[in-house]
Amino acid sequence: MMKEMKRPERGKSLFRFAAPQLFYPLAGALAPWFAAAAAALTIIGLWLAFFVAPTDAQQGEVYRVIFIHVPAAWMSMFVYLIMAFWSAVGLVMNTRLSFMMARALAPTGAMFCVVALVTGALWGKPTWGAYWVWDARLTSQLLLLFLYFGFMALTEAIEDPRRADKAGAIIALVGAVNVPIIYFSVKWWNTLHQGASVSLTKAPSMAATMLAGMLVMALASWAYTIAVTLWRVRPLILERERHAEWVAAELDALEGKV
Amino acid sequence: MSRTLGPFAAVLRRDLLLAWRGRADVLVTLAFFVVVVCLFPFGVGAETNQLRSIAPGVLWVAALLATLLSLHRLFAQDHADGTLEQLLLSPEPTVLWVVAKVVAHWIATGLPLVLVAPALALLFDVEQGALGVLVLSLALGTPILALLGAVGAALTLGLRGGGMLLALLVLPLFVPVLIFGAGAVDSHLSGTGADAHILLLGGGLLGALALAPVACAAALRIAVE
Repeated sequence: MMKEMKRPERGKSLFRFAAPQLFYPLAGALAPWFAAAAAALTIIGLWLAFFVAPTDAQQGEVYRVIFIHVPAAWMSMFVYLIMAFWSAVGLVMNTRLSFMMARALAPTGAMFCVVALVTGALWGKPTWGAYWVWDARLTSQLLLLFLYFGFMALTEAIEDPRRADKAGAIIALVGAVNVPIIYFSVKWWNTLHQGASVSLTKAPSMAATMLAGMLVMALASWAYTIAVTLWRVRPLILERERHAEWVAAELDALEGKV
Repeated sequence: MSRTLGPFAAVLRRDLLLAWRGRADVLVTLAFFVVVVCLFPFGVGAETNQLRSIAPGVLWVAALLATLLSLHRLFAQDHADGTLEQLLLSPEPTVLWVVAKVVAHWIATGLPLVLVAPALALLFDVEQGALGVLVLSLALGTPILALLGAVGAALTLGLRGGGMLLALLVLPLFVPVLIFGAGAVDSHLSGTGADAHILLLGGGLLGALALAPVACAAALRIAVE
């Protein structure tokens, strides 16, 4: 005989937001705050970057592209990790919302990849004399972009949402296992890129205002990513849960507003 | 025959027999490899020194593309005629027969490439001492391609535009194999010795053999769900 399952008390655990019905209004409420934070941080960060930070002794004014380039490159990698994390959670716990989060994150990660590559190319022309060199970090960034494309193409190509979710999760995890292998293989293959200038173990080799500008910009990209992902996951939730009653009520309310 | 190896041997034997009966299909992969390799001198010019320096990369890229083109055949036929579902419903461990299918696929499509490669290398005037390294690097590298590709093939099973999608999914994953495979021949030719590259390829093969069949089995279950 099955014992009757005790329902966990509502309103206690944060895990209750794993239910799309509860997450939908939460995402709607949080997104504007993160968007506002992103806007404010971007303004502060750009002000620090263009007016406060000193001119670099060796590279001149060109170096200022790092205030966009470095946060974008960090973000493109973090977003992939977070995507792989949600994919793993989705596969293990079988929670629908995790897969939706992974799919909502992918376009932002790919966008940051492109931003990092384009700003890097613009910086490379005056500094190295070429828009593109086949250096380890550039090449692995490019391959990361291809991994994002693969994930998005696969999830869009499969019509059955359950299969699309799980197939996407598997390719995200396979990619996550491969990212370090790709990185180190490409690194041994060829390296020109300047060493990392920001490190947690040794004192940073740049002026404090430069570092501050970069960190503020990094926070801005975090806030932007969270805001955009929350906005992107809301219609995904509505689309997937369209057979649920609460979605019908929600849509009626939306139509009433318009 | 022991309990675990029984289904492995049965699937291996069946797939090899199928490949043998349809050997024209298998030969197309080999012909593609040969034709692609022979196209390069027309594109870059027949200057001997240049050909010699691009030979390892050309052979490796051609082997990679030939593997890619043959991948869709790995599960497509079994998916179409229902064999795949029966295999998944059977009590035998999925990982086991997935490995058997990949091994059979490699013997039918990968092994011929490995055997033909030295002859093609001679067309590029590669010195004969490097031929052994080339064969060894391909013999270790092409099974990795087949294992990684099997995951992609399972994920794109039965999708429209599956071929292009498969390429987009697996080509970035093939890059490390390409680097170490072509690098092995290059470093042998430059005199630094190919040991490190060969060992890394061997390690990669063992890693792929341990992980890829699990991912592939999960992907197959999702595909036929």
